[in-house]
Amino acid sequence: MSVIEISGLHKAFGPLQVLRGIDLSVERGDVVCVIGPSGSGKSTLLRCVNLLEQPDSGTILVGGTELTDPDVDIDLARRKLGMVFQGFNLFSHLSVLDNLTIAQRKVLRRSGSEAVETARRNLAKVGLAGKESAVPSQLSGGQQQRAAIARALSMNPEVMLFDEPTSALDPELVGDVLGVMRQLADEGMTMIVVTHEMQFAREVADRVLFMDGGVVVEQGPAEQVIGDPQEERTRTFLARVLNPLK
Amino acid sequence: MAGSTDSAPPRSEPIAAVPVRHPGRWVAAAVLLVLAAMVVHSLLTNPAWQWSVVGDYLFSGRVLGGLLVTAELTVLAMLIGVVGGVLIAVMRLSNNPIVSGVAWFYAWFFRGTPVLVQIIFWSFIGFLYPYLSLGIPFGPEFIFFDSNKLIPLFMGAVLGLGLNEAAYMSEIVRAGILSVDTGQTEAAEALGMTRTKIMTRIVLPQAMRVIIPPTGNETISMLKTTSLVAVVAGGDLFTEVQLIYGGNYKQIPLLVVASLWYLLFTSVLSVGQYYIERRYSRGTSVQAGGNVR
Repeated sequence: MSVIEISGLHKAFGPLQVLRGIDLSVERGDVVCVIGPSGSGKSTLLRCVNLLEQPDSGTILVGGTELTDPDVDIDLARRKLGMVFQGFNLFSHLSVLDNLTIAQRKVLRRSGSEAVETARRNLAKVGLAGKESAVPSQLSGGQQQRAAIARALSMNPEVMLFDEPTSALDPELVGDVLGVMRQLADEGMTMIVVTHEMQFAREVADRVLFMDGGVVVEQGPAEQVIGDPQEERTRTFLARVLNPLK
Repeated sequence: MAGSTDSAPPRSEPIAAVPVRHPGRWVAAAVLLVLAAMVVHSLLTNPAWQWSVVGDYLFSGRVLGGLLVTAELTVLAMLIGVVGGVLIAVMRLSNNPIVSGVAWFYAWFFRGTPVLVQIIFWSFIGFLYPYLSLGIPFGPEFIFFDSNKLIPLFMGAVLGLGLNEAAYMSEIVRAGILSVDTGQTEAAEALGMTRTKIMTRIVLPQAMRVIIPPTGNETISMLKTTSLVAVVAGGDLFTEVQLIYGGNYKQIPLLVVASLWYLLFTSVLSVGQYYIERRYSRGTSVQAGGNVR
């Protein structure tokens, strides 16, 4: 059974139709990259998956739970989904360690020692061992984003959602974050990644979705969608992204 | 330069640096010093100030007792103000239109009526409602209170000051909450935290940096506003000096006594505010998010 099953998803902001009927199913262990021009609705799609945006119509099944059902405890469903934001969104008043433990203790009701142990393990995994007591403003953007990934991982999610995780980073810091994400993919984590990093999509993704104007224009294996796109809109977009000077 | 035969560029004599002169400053300073000297001279030589009377009453039992009441009023009113202000602010930001409407009405009402009127009103609430009871409107009542016992004069003064303060504090807290980046709330939501936990653990602690400085101002302001309870004989510092000069007609020296104490207390509060602000601005330096484009 699919981990995530989306069908007929519509979302409008006022008169602006951002999503016009999205269907997507993600199997366990899948790495799906969503690409497309800004304003195409790819971030909104991702934010609908954990109900940071309330969809207007359509269904979103996460692990068999219908998220749009008003009787479903959304906080419970969100535990299955780890989210990584473009702007990191580490809690700026807490140390790195507290950032990683607060939700473990307050949401999962883990003991302090268990939460700290999980946090340390995940910090080591993203290459931030020793940064436990730093506050977010003392870290570089790349370190903050890796700490944010470790924070999401500490909740033991079934699926990780990445919303343009490297778009706010200085170019030389992008590699560290992508490296951590590739490692996660290699370990079999189910991931949906909204990204402009075509090389990452090509090398890591099992499947690539090209979105434009609120619909999925084209999807398939990475080498097909990025290497040999069938649709004209996909070709135009990729030509601009891969050769911006032409 | 034209006549120079040296290949090296000609070196001019070093200029003797003279600081720019500011004759206006000297004149202004002199004028102010003369004026200050005149004030001090009159303070010391005008017998009407009656400094010996000031000395007699500065540490008198009645004045110190009034001072204690002033301090209690300030602390209790600010306690009601801060707790009530947070509550009203959170209600105001609720998505429920009834809840946010009630909060809006509260702020509108209490900011729109003079605090002096409210102090008198709450002190005499017993005339309006001799008995207070909890129960279902138009239905049975469960608990009865005698208003005059529940709300004695002192509590009336505290309520008047505190409820009014809550209206102002709610705006300060609301501004603080709105100053916290929405990404913080989203990140906490995505982690599955409940609305209450997000507010108490994530948003309010970060809002403190914005809330603390104006709250310090409000506390200093409250210390002086408590003097209004003299109209209901609230027993504070100002009530006491009024009662004393009502008996001995030495208004000026007793007003000086009150002013000296108010000045001392506000100075102490200002120093405290400085240290609290410094503490809460830690970890929120300008380089926060410096790598975000």
